[in-house]
Amino acid sequence: MTALNAGLKAGLKAKIRKIVTFVEETSTEMGQKVDPPARRAAAVAVIENPFAGKYVDDLSELMAIGEELGELLTERAVAALGIAGPSAESYGKAAAVGENGELEHAAAVLHPKLGTPVRRVLGKGAALIPSSKKRGGLGVALDIPLGHKDAAYVRSHFDGMEVRISDAPRANEIMVAIAITESGRPLPRVGGLTKDQIKGEDGLR
Amino acid sequence: MPEVQIRKKILVVEEIFHEGGPSSPESLRRAAALVVIKNPFAGAYVEEIEGFMKDLTPLGLEMARSLVAALGGDPKAVESYGKGAIVGSAGELEHGALWHVPGGYAMREVLGGAKAIVASTKKVGGPGTRLDVPITHINASYVRSHFDAMEVSVADAPRADEIVLALVMTTGPRVHARVGGLKASEIKGENGLR
Repeated sequence: MTALNAGLKAGLKAKIRKIVTFVEETSTEMGQKVDPPARRAAAVAVIENPFAGKYVDDLSELMAIGEELGELLTERAVAALGIAGPSAESYGKAAAVGENGELEHAAAVLHPKLGTPVRRVLGKGAALIPSSKKRGGLGVALDIPLGHKDAAYVRSHFDGMEVRISDAPRANEIMVAIAITESGRPLPRVGGLTKDQIKGEDGLR
Repeated sequence: MPEVQIRKKILVVEEIFHEGGPSSPESLRRAAALVVIKNPFAGAYVEEIEGFMKDLTPLGLEMARSLVAALGGDPKAVESYGKGAIVGSAGELEHGALWHVPGGYAMREVLGGAKAIVASTKKVGGPGTRLDVPITHINASYVRSHFDAMEVSVADAPRADEIVLALVMTTGPRVHARVGGLKASEIKGENGLR
């Protein structure tokens, strides 16, 4: 048997079965041209859940995996958009745990360590990374929330991106997703803070 | 004939390392290009629709090229393909059939004269409908290791007056193919079947 994770960076703790990237480009909405088109991408890894089927108190292994995936998936999403990290406008993260895992496993991947490498790849990211998590079966729809990376209150960038993978997560797997955009919603017009008003100090406004 | 009106384009790339068995030195890649267009015939029965196939030809070529690029840029790396369409509720299945010629021949042209028929499927459905796009070897339909399918969907499409067009390409056989049959190395490549 050859090594796991063929072609990926050596020494990864995550046992990755597959990585799926999605790129969406919206050029028309309700007959109106969206110019430039609204563009967003999601990179999703399907990994083995090392704690499936048992209660384990110390989840640090999944936290370390979160750190690895923060870098890998952000790099994949930015590459899929064909932009430099600092050109990203909004971001989000989500995880779906297979039926033999706990919601807390998703929390361990997403919350303690994943954000730092995301921000390193993007150059900045003062705002909280919006997140969602769930437990589900194969093909479950995972809605990744999106918010502006430097100011959470930018209303034009409140959004969500649905991703699903027909054969994941299996019972002993976790789907980990990062979404990155180059724009807000198509044709935003509900007011609020705009991106040119961002102060970018507190991550909120 | 009506101009093709595009609402959104989606590109999905899967990189598969294993499925519980040994990892191969090179991962399998599968990519799907999806484009949501307005159905110019939605809401009424139109007898003459054939001309729209020609209108779709440039889009087919663009989608085929985007798939080759997503799989690394070398058309020779592409081993199997498939196509499909989802027609929104104000359209008919026959509108999906308009995709056979422009979608199939676009891929065969971009891949440099692939010989096998392009496996296909289509359906009428609402937003988020999932379509299992069948996949077979580009030069010999009977290559058993390459019988596959890729499920695709777009959360907000097709709306009633839209069509989702899909093309799929892959770089190889199922990741742990081992059920025998004609092998890719045994292709004669004369008739597109074996």
